[in-house]
Amino acid sequence: MPSSSDKSRWRGLTPGRIVFTLFVWGLGFTMLFPLLWMISTSLKAPGKEYIMPPSLIPDPVHWRNYLEVFRAMPFGRFLFNTCLVTVAVTFGQALTCSMAAFAFSRLKFPGRDKIFLLYLTTLMIPGVVTLIPLFVIMQYFGWIDTYQALIIPGLFSAYGTFLLRQFFLGIPLALEDSAHIDGCGPWGVYWNVILPLSKPALVTLIIFTFMGAWRDFLWPLVITNSLEMRTLTVGLSIFRGAYVSDWNLMMAGSCLVMAPLVFVFLFNQRFFVEGIQLTGIKG
Amino acid sequence: MKDDQLALSPVLKAEEREPATTMKRNGARRGRGLRQLATAFPFLAPNLIGFFLFTFFPVLASIALSVTKWDLLTPPEFVGLENYANLIGFSFDQGRLQFNDPDFWKYVWNTIFLMGAIPLAMAGSLFLAILLNGKFPGRSILRSIYFLPSMCVPVAVYMLWRWLLNPGTGLLNWVLSYVGIEGPDWLGSTTWSKPALMLAGLWASVGGYNMILYLAGLQGIPGELYEAAKLDGAAPWHRFRYITWPLLAPTTFFITVTSIIAGLQGGFDAAYIMTNGGPAGSTTTIMFYIYNSAFQWMKMGYAAAMAWVLFTMVFAITLLNWRVGGRHAQFF
Repeated sequence: MPSSSDKSRWRGLTPGRIVFTLFVWGLGFTMLFPLLWMISTSLKAPGKEYIMPPSLIPDPVHWRNYLEVFRAMPFGRFLFNTCLVTVAVTFGQALTCSMAAFAFSRLKFPGRDKIFLLYLTTLMIPGVVTLIPLFVIMQYFGWIDTYQALIIPGLFSAYGTFLLRQFFLGIPLALEDSAHIDGCGPWGVYWNVILPLSKPALVTLIIFTFMGAWRDFLWPLVITNSLEMRTLTVGLSIFRGAYVSDWNLMMAGSCLVMAPLVFVFLFNQRFFVEGIQLTGIKG
Repeated sequence: MKDDQLALSPVLKAEEREPATTMKRNGARRGRGLRQLATAFPFLAPNLIGFFLFTFFPVLASIALSVTKWDLLTPPEFVGLENYANLIGFSFDQGRLQFNDPDFWKYVWNTIFLMGAIPLAMAGSLFLAILLNGKFPGRSILRSIYFLPSMCVPVAVYMLWRWLLNPGTGLLNWVLSYVGIEGPDWLGSTTWSKPALMLAGLWASVGGYNMILYLAGLQGIPGELYEAAKLDGAAPWHRFRYITWPLLAPTTFFITVTSIIAGLQGGFDAAYIMTNGGPAGSTTTIMFYIYNSAFQWMKMGYAAAMAWVLFTMVFAITLLNWRVGGRHAQFF
């Protein structure tokens, strides 16, 4: 282990530290390699992916695979569907959960704690228990294969309400009181005091909902059946069925499904890390 | 300002406790209760209506469904506990144990087998966290690299691993052939299909959520403890064994519980994309069986009963968490 008194990371590179550094970077490269391989395969000309020994650098670079993917399947539509559903669910859930969490933590009304207990109880029930009845409800509403079915059940979350309520409870009441003196009603307190002060918890909820909605596979698979209503993940699985041995195209499709999420992650890493720590420690 | 806070908060706290104790038999109070409800309702309504419609009611409906036989086309038929009996029941036939649904038990075993990756993944996460807690050039970039696979979309990750695990032309078997091992037909063999899925899952999770939690735990351990141990001549392994490991116990416990709960409900995406549950059902998990029962074979009641059996398992782990976790909380 390197000594902790070193001020600079570069100064005093002992042989031990050089070996350590090479080791951690080697490990990082190994973990990254499958992703590089995916990108590489997606850019190889058809047939070239089978050449042995394999090479990481595609020669020639065959960008057309990506065009081919869009021609073979309505990936543009899938992308639109996923974006629409993800954005609607993420912001809808942040809104309904923060409002309910405000009522549960800052307002007084009869039966409050009993209703909240009901929320808590359902937290323990796995989503698969409600999957089948939800499907039946959607069918009853005539919502199968619609945006309503993809979006509306995702707008409410007992977990999100719980997370935000716990955070709201930690905000000093005195701040709220001074808002009351300034003539703020409950909506003013909610919007001007509580929400701005709970950015860490809101960002955490937004990130987790966003990730969950983008990655979701089972629900969109069950609830949609026309090609136009499929999301990226389900579209990719259909694509797999149709082009089972065209690895270039399949890897190009996989890259397309991942890329937006990976970019969101790369530019917001700090929030991801802080969010995990927030929920992990509180949970 | 500071004084204000101190003076105000106990008063308000006391007032907050009021409704629970005094709501009964007082007309004025009841009027106030109604006014409070009128204020709170608009905040509560959107989430509460959604909660009742899409969470609470489906839970009740699921119980009702689990005692019926229903294919969605003909009206449901009440069958009592028959679904549960068919699912977990067994009998003895000439001294031999006969399960009513041997497939279910096979898939329970598959699920547990695949959960065998949990200790490996946890050890890996802890190892990576310890590495990242050291000092070396480019640490923050490397943290992102370790973290990246867990940020990917599972469906696409499993697609990628199908390609890496391809028997003839996949990268993994090529690497293995380099060291003189003839790689198996990973996803086509009942022996290797489960390890193959575990490998893909490990890659996708080892640097993720749990590594970050461990890293946070490590950063919370005061450096003086290590300094003192060093002065006492403790070797690195002993410092890990007697300082790091015990102080990370709450984190380890939390990760164990959440991983088991997730593992019991896991395996759907991987099975659907990589193996379709095969070969010969060797990668079908409880979740995949529920999906197939409900949406391929239209056995809604049977699938609902299975979901409740799964819930019982998850609930048992949750109870264990409360029992043991309560004791932990007193310690730390």
